[in-house]
Amino acid sequence: MKRARLGRLLGTSVLGLAGRLPLASAASGWDELNMPRGVTSASKSIYALHMMALWVCVGIAVVVFGVMIWSLIFHRKSRGAVPDVTLTHSTKVEVVWTAVPVLILIGMAIPAARLLLKINNNTDPQVNIRVTGFQWGWRYQYVGTPVSIISKLSASSNDASQMHSGIRPTAVPHYLLSVDHQVVVPVGEKVRLLITSIDVIHSWWVPDLGVKRDAIPGYINEASFTIAPNRPGIYRGQCTELCGRGHAYMPIVVRAVTPAAYQAWLKQHSGPPSEAAARLPAAAVTST
Amino acid sequence: MAELHQTAAHAEHDHKPQGWRRWVFATNHKDIGTMYLIAAGTMFLIGGLAAMAIRAQLFKSGMKLFDPAMFNSLTTMHGLIMIFGAIMPAWVGLANWMIPLQIGAPDMALPRLNNLSFWILPFAFTLMVASFFVPGGAVAGGWTMYPPLMQQFGAAFPMLIFAIHLMGISSILGAINVIVTIMNLRAPGMTLLRMPLFVWTWLITAYLLIAVMPVLAGAVTMQLTDHFFGTSFFNAAGGGDPVLFLHVFWFFGHPEVYILILPAFGIISEIIPTFSRKPLFGYEAMVYATASIAFLSFIVWGHHMFTVGMPVAAQLFFMLSTMLIAVPTGVKVFNWVATMWRGSLSFEPPMLFAVAFLFLFSIGGFSGLMLALVPSDYQYHGTYFVVAHFHYVLVPGAVFAIFGGVYYWLPKWSGRMYDMRLAKWHFWLSVIFVNVLFFPQHFLGLAGMPRRIPDYAPQFTDWNMVSSIGGFIFGASQVLFPYIIIKCIRSGKPIEANSPWDGAHGLEWELPCPAPYHSWQTPPSEAMLAHGTGH
Repeated sequence: MKRARLGRLLGTSVLGLAGRLPLASAASGWDELNMPRGVTSASKSIYALHMMALWVCVGIAVVVFGVMIWSLIFHRKSRGAVPDVTLTHSTKVEVVWTAVPVLILIGMAIPAARLLLKINNNTDPQVNIRVTGFQWGWRYQYVGTPVSIISKLSASSNDASQMHSGIRPTAVPHYLLSVDHQVVVPVGEKVRLLITSIDVIHSWWVPDLGVKRDAIPGYINEASFTIAPNRPGIYRGQCTELCGRGHAYMPIVVRAVTPAAYQAWLKQHSGPPSEAAARLPAAAVTST
Repeated sequence: MAELHQTAAHAEHDHKPQGWRRWVFATNHKDIGTMYLIAAGTMFLIGGLAAMAIRAQLFKSGMKLFDPAMFNSLTTMHGLIMIFGAIMPAWVGLANWMIPLQIGAPDMALPRLNNLSFWILPFAFTLMVASFFVPGGAVAGGWTMYPPLMQQFGAAFPMLIFAIHLMGISSILGAINVIVTIMNLRAPGMTLLRMPLFVWTWLITAYLLIAVMPVLAGAVTMQLTDHFFGTSFFNAAGGGDPVLFLHVFWFFGHPEVYILILPAFGIISEIIPTFSRKPLFGYEAMVYATASIAFLSFIVWGHHMFTVGMPVAAQLFFMLSTMLIAVPTGVKVFNWVATMWRGSLSFEPPMLFAVAFLFLFSIGGFSGLMLALVPSDYQYHGTYFVVAHFHYVLVPGAVFAIFGGVYYWLPKWSGRMYDMRLAKWHFWLSVIFVNVLFFPQHFLGLAGMPRRIPDYAPQFTDWNMVSSIGGFIFGASQVLFPYIIIKCIRSGKPIEANSPWDGAHGLEWELPCPAPYHSWQTPPSEAMLAHGTGH
């Protein structure tokens, strides 16, 4: 089992080096290596920016490391290289390698700044959810409705995570990434989160949504996202600010459903709190 | 040459206190430097053991060697010990040893202060490490000590804060000593722009230390009064602001990371010309680039907190200022590359570590540039991508530079040559497994693994396993380092010449090996200076 895993890993990394990984192996192999593209326009733009920056860095690395490797090979004493001790400074060269990076940086800063302004636009939300972090879980209050959910680590993950539990993590569905009550949002509508905390600093992160915002006592932080209409599904994330011994045990699970199913769910949960555990009809959710 | 003979003759009449008095009452810069290096090595070992424990816990999903609270203590203490206990004292040790030799001074300017600044440290380290054994265990809020979480720890909390105060005092005293020495004790003719780069980078580092250590002290003291004296600096319920701590902490924290890396730049700038047999390319550009990096380090702290909800304009400012740092850093890398260009390269252990530094520190620089882009940082922040980034700049960056520096100057300190073959083994094991250890952490972070978690979802197991295996071998191969040094001191081949390196320039190489206990009691001659500085 372990050996098979290491073997597979070696295989994927070798292929990855050859740059053929997306073709050669299942999509899951790529997911282990790179940022997810996600399901919101923000997450897709972030992915594009990330890849652009990565390739710029690779390009610079090829040039700079190339020159270094050339020196390491051809300017060796053992090959009889004689040092050119007159080569000690050149104002011209210094100006060039100051100016060229500045131009490259400007080229990177412009799209980054544009995207930054775009994804920090939290105006005109269709759904407002107040998110409150606590040690250790999340509370979601749907603004304008009586619906309120406390979302904590699922019982199966919780049991398996105990010391000496003897339960294998692979035997638990979505170990450490599943909760008892998922937060439900509609696809195709702009959802705004109003994020705060009642105790220490937490951070609400779902990579597929491209949203990470700290939950800070005394502050209400905003973040918003619109999930692509064709991408209902379940999106998982974790707290990303160290918040004590339960930090690894307060995941976030977002269930994105059609607006109609969302309305139905809201209605179902608007009754007395005792009914809050009711579930959505399975047909309304397409799991990814 | 006359001076040289004089110095050598004097060396035979060195008198120094014998036994424990030599060390407890030490005022000699070489003795104090040695003690700093031994202290740093000890803390590197303790911090390294914590790292091994962390990598063991993270070997696979569902591993439960430690309780989560203990795991958090381990990550917290690993960070604090490595930064304040290992890297910073190692730099001060190298500064103590090398600055007087390199500028032609007989000793540090303030020898008794030097003694005090060292002897504070064992108490500080003891307090910090002992906090593991008090009720509730060591502080487990991360080395960044963010409130309100930090307020939840017990007896270890005041111990850590007191330890930080002590280390801060020690650093400030050390920095004052470095500045006074460089400003006042340079040999006649050793103008500022003739100083070796290691002296320059340390001078700038010393100013950074004086500027920011009080800021850290203030921030942790405010936490202390919040905890014990009813203030509410960072307590939202009392009208305070937890984010204020983040701002103050990172106003210290960012210059701090340059405190950890600037002396490394200096050492690399010494080693590369020696083994390229060519003067450093663009000496003045190097000095100005270092100064610009130091200046910029004060205006970029916000990039550590892009997700706290700062105004967009502030995020934009910190993104642009952070990207700007790439320019002087790039200038430095390009100048090192140009120094090697058309040189006559040989690959003794110091050069191997310096070349690895160039490649791997650059990789850390690239991920730093990616992290500067705020929208991408929303995804990277708080994940293993960040862990990979800062370990690339600190381990193959700062730590490799320390290794390179020790391998470069050990013959000067001991008068003996170390076992080159073993040192090359040390290098190759380190350079291979540091990458096995840290490169996969980029993937983990991008795939969504947060940092500072004791357990993780099964899909992260593969790369964690690779990383842990790399970590164990990297850790184990560091045992070679003290072995090589001890073997060198005990039975290394004595060196007859002033320098074992044919391409070395610098005043330290005008002295015999080992450097006499009291060196440069008469200042070096202009001829020596000209030969030493290479221009």
